[in-house]
Amino acid sequence: MTADLPLIDVEHLTMRFGGLVAIDDVSFKAQPRQITAIIGPNGAGKTTVFNCITGFYKPTIGRLRLHGDREYLLERMLGHEIGQQARVARTFQNIRLFPGMTVLENLMVAQHNKLMRASGMSVFGLLGLKRYRVAEDAAVEKARGWLERIDLVADADRPAGELPYGAQRRLEIARAMCTEPCLLCLDEPAAGLNPRESAELNELLVSIRDRDGIGVLLIEHDMSVVMRISDHVVVLDYGRKIAEGMPDDVRRDPAVIHAYLGTGEEGADA
Amino acid sequence: MSPRLSSLLKDAALTAFVAAALGLFIVGFRTVDVGSTKGLAFDYELVDLAVAVVAIFVGRLGLSFASDGQRWPALILGAVLGAVGASPVRLPSTFLHWFVGLAGLLVIGRSLWPAAERAFGQARQSPQGRKLSAVGARWLAWVLLAAAVILPITPLADQKTMDLGVLILTYVMLGWGLNIVVGLAGLLDLGYVAFYAVGAYSYALLSTQLGLGFWAVLPLAGAFAATFGLVLGFPVLRLRGDYLAIVTLGFGEIIRLVLINWVDLTNGPAGIGGIPGPTLLGAVFAENAPPGQKTFAEMMGVPFDGTQRLVFLYYIILGLALITNLFALRMRRLPVGRAWEALREDEIACRALGINPTNTKLTAFAIGAMFAGFAGSFFAAKQRFVSPESFVFIESAIILAIVVLGGMGSQIGVVLAAVLLIGLPEWFRELGTYRMLAFGLAMVLIMIFRPRGLIAHRAPSLRLHEKPGGGGG
Amino acid sequence: MAYFSQQLINAITLGAVYGLIAIGYTMVYGIIGMINFAHGEIFMIGAFISLIGFILCGMFGIASAPVAILLVLLVAMAFTSVYGWAVERVAYRPLRGSFRLAPLISAIGMSISLQNYVQLTQGARPKPGGQIVSGGYNLFSADGFDVRVTWLQIIIVVVTVVLMAGFTWVISRTPLGRQQRACEQDMKMAALLGVNVDRTISLTFVMGAALAAVAGMLFLMYYGVIDFFIGFLAGIKAFTAAVLGGIGSLPGAMLGGLLIGLIEVFWAGYFSSEYKDVAVFGILVLVLIFRPTGLLGKPEIEKV
Repeated sequence: MTADLPLIDVEHLTMRFGGLVAIDDVSFKAQPRQITAIIGPNGAGKTTVFNCITGFYKPTIGRLRLHGDREYLLERMLGHEIGQQARVARTFQNIRLFPGMTVLENLMVAQHNKLMRASGMSVFGLLGLKRYRVAEDAAVEKARGWLERIDLVADADRPAGELPYGAQRRLEIARAMCTEPCLLCLDEPAAGLNPRESAELNELLVSIRDRDGIGVLLIEHDMSVVMRISDHVVVLDYGRKIAEGMPDDVRRDPAVIHAYLGTGEEGADA
Repeated sequence: MSPRLSSLLKDAALTAFVAAALGLFIVGFRTVDVGSTKGLAFDYELVDLAVAVVAIFVGRLGLSFASDGQRWPALILGAVLGAVGASPVRLPSTFLHWFVGLAGLLVIGRSLWPAAERAFGQARQSPQGRKLSAVGARWLAWVLLAAAVILPITPLADQKTMDLGVLILTYVMLGWGLNIVVGLAGLLDLGYVAFYAVGAYSYALLSTQLGLGFWAVLPLAGAFAATFGLVLGFPVLRLRGDYLAIVTLGFGEIIRLVLINWVDLTNGPAGIGGIPGPTLLGAVFAENAPPGQKTFAEMMGVPFDGTQRLVFLYYIILGLALITNLFALRMRRLPVGRAWEALREDEIACRALGINPTNTKLTAFAIGAMFAGFAGSFFAAKQRFVSPESFVFIESAIILAIVVLGGMGSQIGVVLAAVLLIGLPEWFRELGTYRMLAFGLAMVLIMIFRPRGLIAHRAPSLRLHEKPGGGGG
Repeated sequence: MAYFSQQLINAITLGAVYGLIAIGYTMVYGIIGMINFAHGEIFMIGAFISLIGFILCGMFGIASAPVAILLVLLVAMAFTSVYGWAVERVAYRPLRGSFRLAPLISAIGMSISLQNYVQLTQGARPKPGGQIVSGGYNLFSADGFDVRVTWLQIIIVVVTVVLMAGFTWVISRTPLGRQQRACEQDMKMAALLGVNVDRTISLTFVMGAALAAVAGMLFLMYYGVIDFFIGFLAGIKAFTAAVLGGIGSLPGAMLGGLLIGLIEVFWAGYFSSEYKDVAVFGILVLVLIFRPTGLLGKPEIEKV
């Protein structure tokens, strides 16, 4: 993997549902160790792009090249393979935790594949072999590390469904990170957060980019998040890409302003 | 009359009216055969119906008072119903006595419920209460286990009790097996009885045709059933909940119909008889052993007793059931078990985490099938006769009811539910004919009032911190 | 050729009955997304009420077959609808917010309860219905085999077609039908727009039950004997028909019913009658595996 290969290269992505064209010939690149934001008015097709990248939809046309430990063509892979082999992790617009399981268990489930290998498909675990117990302890430690980063150590044994909303959002991100991905896709992580929580989210995402060194792909409406921490912004409207570039350039792009405000007046809060 | 009272009366009247409409034909006019030439005639039960409808009116009014908070009117109505039911006042049938009496109890119970709930809650919060509930569940499990182990040695152990014990333990094992599929993995399998049948017929055929012994066939029966589970599961496990349920039901019926009709293999509806029972170290549990073998009585130097065989069977099923339980408990702590539970909670999130849903579901399905196979093999050895009639859909429904009532995923809940659903009707003979009706109603009521089952609390499979002292956490 | 024609006539008749039951499944699934497992028992209860109705007609000396049939039809539809209404009200409505499998388990419990309720009150033995309508019409003869269509078969098909047409009219032209379709598409929005969702759902169950009652009466007349267990098998087959035709689609239910009738009768006629039920179950499995949306249904997109 050479340094100038993009982390993910979306080429001519088109998604049609029957007669409806949700995404029309969208292409963009996201670099590793960068935060790339996808923004646009509601209905622009942002979550559809995510669903294509993470294998929930099969693209009608297009190529999704991921450069992880090797090159993966995501459009050809099954949903769970994308998480398992290509190492793409995601969070959801409506939080999808395992509400009946504890916070710690949620993070342990994320490390499923690693633990399955270590437990010999659970056989070693059944026999109580040391090899599995060592691996499980390591997984617990990793989980603890993330709990410390998101400040949920005290709640580790509580059912995830009982946590307050902001904590659930952070947990979902931590759970995604426990799969050791090379690309993290976040679908509106700041939705419903107050300004303080948004600022904490910004810190968390920046630390993920810098400390963990992975690429982050981000759908967001909250401009305080987008403008402050993104390295690269892609703007969609009605399923098409209308702008791409650095945050400040995109903010001033007339096409973008028009898409959001419709009149050509300046001054949207950003 | 206050508007509130008149609305309650109207509601009760509506309920009674609906009940009358429902019952008018089916209950009021009972068809009876009066000989092949004359066809059908009626047994008129309209008076019964009228009494029942009045009871329903009063009962509904009482329940409305109770949920309205008006305890005293409710208690009075309930007492009246109870008195009529229990009293020597001649109602048209004994069933009506029970019906009216139970209605009275229901109203009384409902009116006392808030107070009882409060008292119970307060007791739970008290220091003794906290300690008891923290210690309670584990302690209960050990007590039940001890009771089960020593039961055959106690004087309670007569033929009837041992029979019942074996029956309950069989259902407990089946419940624990289905619990893996339904309770842990959340897959609604309505055809579980098919795997039970595979295990039973495996032993029946292998023992009568090839002369293999019980212990030799036991692992084979499990393997066959597990293979069936894989084959049946593979195409259908990606279907969503209700479709999966219907498809598994279809499979169960297909297996049963094949058993009935493939006479060359299975002997059809006549079944397979003369199946040998299990032996202990080669000793047979019978009065006389076949040539070349000893009887258990000879081997131990004790006089022959019919219950020896029963006790032996009892311990076998107890052992098998405990193995099922331990396995399930172990699996919960392993990645596969956690993946099962995660799948049950949210399959889409699992896919996003790189977990292969189909393989994970298949594992649960096949393992559940395997335990059903073991149980089936035991069943054949116990009954010494198998026929397709033992493997009807209603059996799957009963096992499902046990799992659901127990609290999906809870091990001890399954035990309690099996004792309640299987044990009680056997003890109370009169309940016998109403057993299935009570089953069905119980399933509906549990879903409405306590969908999480008797034991609704889920214990986490691992903790980061030490468990707190009592209550809370 | 003659044998084939006769089987064809029989198949269409059977298919019509299945179709009537299947409509109930498909409408309920369309509006609240659940399989009404107890619907087969509603059909069975309709058959029993019809039986009792016919016996009462005999006792009151109503000799004319058309009058008796009409009377019993109305009575059965009315009283069976109450069952449909009651089942929804008692076993499903309280569970609308509950987890996914709760209504299905409740439905199974309801199905078992209803079966046993009828078994306990009416007895477990099969009940003969006597011949209400006899006679028929010989179509043609070939190979020494008379191809015959009975009046009853004609009645069944005509009644079914009339009901189907009436139904489709209600669904597409009346306000009730519009409300029903609105609830199918988006229940919350329909409620916000003033549609009484509870009442619409109840009416759906009532309509399905009424049709099942008709099917029950026709079944009684056609086969001449019923018992408390007919709902189980007929229910699964009608559900298969609904799925085959495309669950949620009314014409799909009728088409599916017809196809299942054809499969069952022709399999029994040409291969083996013992395995005819296996054939139908097999179809169910195959359809759900390979084309779960059925023939006329719309593909479902998973929303994440």
